[in-house]
Amino acid sequence: MTDKLVKPGEAITIDAETFKKLHAEAHKAMGPKRLAIIASKGTLDMAYPPLILAVTAAAMGMEVGIFFTFYGLDIVNKKKYKSLKVAPLGNPAMPMPVPNLVGAIPGMTAMATFMLKRMMSQQNMMPIPEFVDTAKQLGVKLYGCSTTCGVMGVKEEDLLDGVEIAGAAAFLEFAAYADISLFI
Amino acid sequence: MTNEIKADSTLDCRGLLCPMPVVKTKLAIDDLQPGQILKVLSTDKGAKKDFPSFCAETGHSLVKAVEDKGVYTFFIKIKKA
Repeated sequence: MTDKLVKPGEAITIDAETFKKLHAEAHKAMGPKRLAIIASKGTLDMAYPPLILAVTAAAMGMEVGIFFTFYGLDIVNKKKYKSLKVAPLGNPAMPMPVPNLVGAIPGMTAMATFMLKRMMSQQNMMPIPEFVDTAKQLGVKLYGCSTTCGVMGVKEEDLLDGVEIAGAAAFLEFAAYADISLFI
Repeated sequence: MTNEIKADSTLDCRGLLCPMPVVKTKLAIDDLQPGQILKVLSTDKGAKKDFPSFCAETGHSLVKAVEDKGVYTFFIKIKKA
């Protein structure tokens, strides 16, 4: 590039090669891209999307943080993360062989959860605890919502190692510099 | 194939769904040196688009991508640090 001054409104033409080089330099100077996710749901099916996106982004070199709030906090709760469930009742997407209302019968949630877990393992998908471990291994930052901890009586020691308790302001500061922000 | 690319390491991700092929590829790349070539096998339908995106984002170069009977083979050259 030349150091010639460009007047306002004047078109700048650069060749594709120069653009590519400048773009790469600008990209490098800006540091890694950042993904900020709010995980608000604690059902087995909804625990997957934030974790899948987080580990993929981290594998692609992005900086990732997940803020676990409301029932989403269960995903990083030692007492609950191994036993997340999915309910067939009121969930017409669930491939159950019976009418939806039958989902209200005791045991149907356990059955739907078993079915989903089996479908996942048949496709070699990792269970949630392994996903959380992988996320940590790849450097994904995990934040537990302080308000949720208060409301649901979750203590710091109930959360998995590596989960930091944080409030909305802390997450927003992280998300304010994010390239991608998702609420799941 | 006459001029087959010589891979320094091979990662078999056949039977794994997204995001595992990409995640395992990242971990495998961490163990390799710049300039080395990683060969990845995947049967995930998304891999066809995922690997070019992964390489574009990380800066590693996708030297070659082939599909044969539902198996995608990618040759990734590790970028200089």
